[in-house]
Amino acid sequence: MKREEQISRNLDWVTVLIYILCVVAGWLNIYAAIYNPEHPIWIFDDGFFDTNSGKQLIWIGTTVLLIIAILVIDHRFYDTFAFPIYGFFLFMLLAVLVVGTEVKGSHSWFRIGSFQLQPAEFSKMATCLALAKYLSTPLTNLSRFKDQLNVAIIIAIPPILILASNETGVALVFASFLILLYREGLPGMYPAIFLAVVTLFILSLIFEEWQIYIGLAVVSALVVWAMPRYERKTKNILAILGVAFCMGLFVTGVDWAINNVLKEHQRNRIRVLVDPDFDRKKTGYNVRQAKIAIGSGGLLGKGYLQGTQTKFDFVPEQSTDFIFCTVGEEFGFAGSLTVVGLFIGLMLRLIYLADRQKSRFARVYGYGVVSIIFFHFLVNIGMTIGLMPVIGIPLPFFSYGGSSLWSFSILLFIFLKLDAHRSQMLSRW
Amino acid sequence: MDEIRKRFIQGFIILIAILYIGRLFYLQVIDETYKLDAQNNAIRKIVQVPFRGLIYDRNKKLIVYNTPVYDLYITPKKAHVQDTLKFCRLFDITRSEFDSLTHLARIYSPVRPSLFLRQLSKEEYARVQDAMVDYPGFSFQISSLRTYQSKGMANALGYVGEISPERLLKEQEKGNEYYRQGDYVGVTGLERFYEDELRGQRGEKYVMVNSRGVEKGPFKNGEFDREPVAGKNLISSVDIALQDYADSLMQHKVGSVVAIEPSSGEILAMVSAPTYDPSKLSGRTFSKYFQTLNLDPLHPLINRPPSAYYRPGSTFKLIQALIGLQLGVISPSTGFGHAGVPMKCHCGGTSSSIQLGIKNSCNPYFYNVFKRIIYNNKEQNLFKKSAVGLQRWNDMASKFGIGQELGIDLPNETKGKLPSVEYYDKVYKGPLRWKFSNIYSVGIGEGEIVINPLKMANVAAIIANRGWYVRPHLVKGINEIGNIDNKYKEHISAGIDRRHFEPVIEGMVGAVNAGTVAAEARLSDIQICGKTGTSQNKHGQDHAIFIAFAPRENPKIAIAVFIENAGFGGTHSAPIASLCIEKYLKGKVERKAMETRWMNKSYLANVLSAKSASARPNKEVKATVEKDSTIEDYQLRNLKEELFKLDQANKPKAPVFKIPMQPQAVLPKNQKIAPKKTH
Ligand SMILES: [Zn+2]
Repeated sequence: MKREEQISRNLDWVTVLIYILCVVAGWLNIYAAIYNPEHPIWIFDDGFFDTNSGKQLIWIGTTVLLIIAILVIDHRFYDTFAFPIYGFFLFMLLAVLVVGTEVKGSHSWFRIGSFQLQPAEFSKMATCLALAKYLSTPLTNLSRFKDQLNVAIIIAIPPILILASNETGVALVFASFLILLYREGLPGMYPAIFLAVVTLFILSLIFEEWQIYIGLAVVSALVVWAMPRYERKTKNILAILGVAFCMGLFVTGVDWAINNVLKEHQRNRIRVLVDPDFDRKKTGYNVRQAKIAIGSGGLLGKGYLQGTQTKFDFVPEQSTDFIFCTVGEEFGFAGSLTVVGLFIGLMLRLIYLADRQKSRFARVYGYGVVSIIFFHFLVNIGMTIGLMPVIGIPLPFFSYGGSSLWSFSILLFIFLKLDAHRSQMLSRW
Repeated sequence: MDEIRKRFIQGFIILIAILYIGRLFYLQVIDETYKLDAQNNAIRKIVQVPFRGLIYDRNKKLIVYNTPVYDLYITPKKAHVQDTLKFCRLFDITRSEFDSLTHLARIYSPVRPSLFLRQLSKEEYARVQDAMVDYPGFSFQISSLRTYQSKGMANALGYVGEISPERLLKEQEKGNEYYRQGDYVGVTGLERFYEDELRGQRGEKYVMVNSRGVEKGPFKNGEFDREPVAGKNLISSVDIALQDYADSLMQHKVGSVVAIEPSSGEILAMVSAPTYDPSKLSGRTFSKYFQTLNLDPLHPLINRPPSAYYRPGSTFKLIQALIGLQLGVISPSTGFGHAGVPMKCHCGGTSSSIQLGIKNSCNPYFYNVFKRIIYNNKEQNLFKKSAVGLQRWNDMASKFGIGQELGIDLPNETKGKLPSVEYYDKVYKGPLRWKFSNIYSVGIGEGEIVINPLKMANVAAIIANRGWYVRPHLVKGINEIGNIDNKYKEHISAGIDRRHFEPVIEGMVGAVNAGTVAAEARLSDIQICGKTGTSQNKHGQDHAIFIAFAPRENPKIAIAVFIENAGFGGTHSAPIASLCIEKYLKGKVERKAMETRWMNKSYLANVLSAKSASARPNKEVKATVEKDSTIEDYQLRNLKEELFKLDQANKPKAPVFKIPMQPQAVLPKNQKIAPKKTH
């Protein structure tokens, strides 16, 4: 009894409020996305719970139970059982390859009655716990190669298994842990290289190879020229030339990989990113329809349930991956701004909470939550407005789907639970 | 360092957020193209074709209406034809037609219905209806087909057809944005002249569709929808019974009949022979039928009454007599002999009054009348005298509508030609280089005068009214009688005092009762007042002309009958005019034997031999010209060529004693007119 009072007093209600706003707004938009003006189904109508919005309501209900469970469980449980939880989900990822069901070409689902669960979604949370556990052991130092390697292994195993079940989108999310690692002392070189690689990758899509070679040569020359005289040693110059050469090699490699390794549909998804009008009918169709839906929303939107693009199924996957289109069309720029604002508020609040943690475990975990949410935000909204390739990952708390809602809620509320007990978690190091 | 890294991460997140917000602002607020795209996606405009106005005759008989027909649509995705051969037999199409039609439909859209076959009649529809259960994915949609009750009025009514690209462009240049490709418009005749009234206003319905093209109800509750407005009905002045009767008399003949009610200017009948079946130009048979008509050497597509070219011949003497009387250069009792006149005459000597001059159609008489008209002025110099006299004559003849547009409510009315001072100055290369002796053939309706049958019917109406006319018109009301342009109500003076008409009419009575008109053209109980005219023709028989009105007092009908290559007007045209007058005034014709004889009489052999005689040297040119030119182009060119030939023909060196050649009506182009008229 006493503990419950404590929880409600110590829980960060700002985060909870943002969370509730997201989930409610998400549900309203799912309702709109599947809304059929000829047969509007209301909550009390027959068949309502067969629709996505009906099922989502059930998911929301069960999520509330999950949250209560998380808050009731002792906060030391997560710390203590971090690795077993990680191990459990690795097992589940293996199991799903054997006994899982295939949905839309991805062999990553457990089917329970008419509901489906995707262990990959939960493995993000498990990996986050494992990383927090590993990094909170005394004397780990991310500038040390041994720790870097161990961390890399912890992060790499789940996405490899997930890739095996053909769920590329979720696997990519694990790259987001670079943010967490950077915060925890990984040399800045790594994220810098990562960003450079991504940038070069995109540049190599937009420009011809030879143009990039020339660009690299010019930039290297400029760097050498701008160097202070005393730094201009042969060694440094050679290093710069080496970097430039590697970059050139990378670009060549990317071109080769795109043309020889990637499958047709993957290649098209990347091409659509740099050339939105390419292949309007097939791959480009989704992106184009998404942009039309959002773009036609205007400043204030067409009004709830009034979006023609939404109602009449022009945007595919609209209650899941493209849920942001509904927001954009029916609530306009005001709605988009609100949703982006909610996410920015949530992430900045979580960073603030993470930094006030006294235990490293909780802080690392908090940054993990921020990393994951940020990646989803970046890619999901980015793809609907044509700034990111179409990668099928959901918008946290908004998109339809039990696995997604459950896993994000668990992810978030474990952190809130840890935060609520931060004073008792005087670090063990 | 932790603090810096934290700030770095925060900064990165905020940077991405700002980038996204900027992008969203651009997409949603600045770039308007997506709103349009969204509309194109989800909103479809459905055009509702309005009901085209009907046309009634003067007795409220329906003559043009819309027949419901059935268009067959195919929805390729649902369409399933097991026995293609049977299907093709059912709809009377070939296998390859079937294949290409289904292919086209599939290209257009697999889920939306597209037009498969156009305009199946009610009978065809009934025949195939039962079989349709075997063919899912095919559906019928009702539309309408313009139907013409009477074949005899084809050219005056015109027809309806899909708008041509040229016409579309022309309308748009005029600022008319109404028409879209595929619209049906009136192409000729009344259908064209009253297009704006007849067509109505198309309706527009906006519906929402989903991504599969399935309709999902009205857009914004039909806020932008517009109901179609039916076209207005026309009440024609034509008496369809008279029209059909005149048409049947004109079988096997090429020419025109125009009948006008003198007191109102309303056209009672307007026959252009040969005619065609306008219904065949509205339906599926259009292109085939049009091609046939267009290549027909008799040119059935030309509406002869307002558009053909003839010289008035002796009928013009009526105008000369009236001008002479009005100017006072002759009196009713003025007589002239044949002496010293370079013209032949069969009248047997002297005509001692205007009445006899007209009755006998005496050429020397009107040579002298015209000489007085031209020379009776104060100028001393003969050349100056001629110029002044001709100008005065031209002004007065213009008032009869000669060389002017009468303003009938039909497209393509031709002005004809009335020679002026400027004209002769041009022909003789300078002013004061010509005098009466160069131009006298005009005095008997030859030479440079060009008219059309409508004008001559109007001249008959002017005489019937003793001095005025109302612009001839075919429509006496839009939706209700009297609702027409005021220009069709106004009385226009011909500039001749009323008192001068009686002697002329007396002459016309004489012509009918004891003069140039065949005896069978007389009516025992109704006095017809008429005047014959005959145009000689280089390539064949003369064109026969007769204009008349009846009865003498309080005339009810004025008529002009032109028959190409028929011969003498009094013999060949007058009986037909007489039968028409009887039909109209009595409601029926008692002279059955005469009626049958005239219906069966054929002049086509004459016409065709004349055509081939004139066409032979230029066969190739003719073929290429006709293939790719519209009727209007053709006529315009034809008129220009005719006028050019007239110019050529009237060069001063022409021989005097021969009457100038008649221009062949309408056809042919490139015809050479032999030089004539010498001094
Ligand atoms: Zn004589």
